[in-house]
Amino acid sequence: MNAQASALRDPRLNRPEPFAPPLGDGGFFQRDRSIHPPAHAPGYKSSVLRSPRQALLSLENSVSEITGPVFGHNDLGPLDNDLIRNYAKDGDPVGERIIVHGRVLDETGRGVPNTLVEFWQANAGGRYRHKKDTYLAPIDPNFGGCGRALTDDTGYYYFRTVKPGPYPWRNYVNSWRPAHIHFSVFGSGFAQRLITQMYFEGDPLIPVCPILTTIPDKDALDRLVAPLDLNGSTPFDSLAYRFDIVLRGQRSTYFENRTAGN
Amino acid sequence: MPQPLDYLKETASQTAGPYVHIGLLPAMAGFDIFEKNFSNVLVTPNTEGERLTLEGKVLDGTGAPLRDVLLEVWQANASGRYNHPADRSAGALEQEFRGWGRAGSDFESGLVSFETIKPGAITDRAGRTCAPHVNVWIVARGINIGLNTRLYFSDEEAANAADPVLNLIEQPARRSTLIAKRGERAGKVVYSFTINLQGPEETVFFDV
Repeated sequence: MNAQASALRDPRLNRPEPFAPPLGDGGFFQRDRSIHPPAHAPGYKSSVLRSPRQALLSLENSVSEITGPVFGHNDLGPLDNDLIRNYAKDGDPVGERIIVHGRVLDETGRGVPNTLVEFWQANAGGRYRHKKDTYLAPIDPNFGGCGRALTDDTGYYYFRTVKPGPYPWRNYVNSWRPAHIHFSVFGSGFAQRLITQMYFEGDPLIPVCPILTTIPDKDALDRLVAPLDLNGSTPFDSLAYRFDIVLRGQRSTYFENRTAGN
Repeated sequence: MPQPLDYLKETASQTAGPYVHIGLLPAMAGFDIFEKNFSNVLVTPNTEGERLTLEGKVLDGTGAPLRDVLLEVWQANASGRYNHPADRSAGALEQEFRGWGRAGSDFESGLVSFETIKPGAITDRAGRTCAPHVNVWIVARGINIGLNTRLYFSDEEAANAADPVLNLIEQPARRSTLIAKRGERAGKVVYSFTINLQGPEETVFFDV
């Protein structure tokens, strides 16, 4: 990590120490589904035929849920977190240069170390490099639109990219997605697996997006909006946005309730 | 006023969208970008256990296959051991077998497949034996929060009948929605599954 990047580290130095009972490997905190979009959200039409109608069966976490895949630096290449360079052919991609950085935390406020974060996005014109995307905005020959990073031992991650553009999609006749970056995060157990989207402070499309408005909780929606972080920017080079991601917390196993003698 | 509890809230889920392949399986999106890629092949030549193909489809409420769905699987090795420090069971660990893979469905047929091995039976923390199973996570356009389910194996009838999770399912008929059926094709073992998002055969999904 170069000196410039290390200056971005520890964005939470003023934050109080997290509540930290011994790091557990018991079950995860029960998921609060009231802050997530419901499976069946008719305003987002694609969800109608793709949402289960039976109640989910609640499962006390077993070893199958508290374990999950482990990734390391061997899984990544050196340019994986640099979307400005990782697909450049004959120059830099078009668009506003930005740094996106933040921490992956759990619900106790503790950083989630060494976890895989993957991200993908449209280019500055709102076009995806995907064979099924037919939007008329042009492909950028120097932009792939995906990357990945492993958090450090404090849960910190960062990457460099260009700001994605908004684009139209088929829901209502005139539906537009706000500019966004997709995130995929693992955590330490498979029950923490999460895919979400990051939005940009001040985007006027946020309150009218049929996908975003499926989130029933205003605060939960606001937490998907990354603020402009001038302190994280690089003068005469890139603006920065800060995006923290919170995964489920994990219970400690204080006492093993097994029958004596077993 | 009692002291405040200062837990953070989990970040809200959002759909993976139709272009999930760009980030998670770029070759399927139509380009090559990473030096190393994740895939639907869990096994290496050294992996212990019976080789098998796990293949199936995810069907929507009209019975049509999802052609833009992405599945991930997470499983133990042939000794019933997960490659993760929180598994403290006695089975032998194989460092080369991560136990995880991801696959996108075919853009025409909707078929999804994994090349893996049958996991061993799992011993949970309470000492109970759980039937061999693969944990499945499903994301796609129109799926607002990833769906968790499991796949068990049709030739493990006795183990399935005693499995504590299958037995949590109140209606015995619904247990069969989690059983992949064993067959053979060109001398290779194939386990087939259908995941129904809705309808009378709706798959059992878990709130884990």
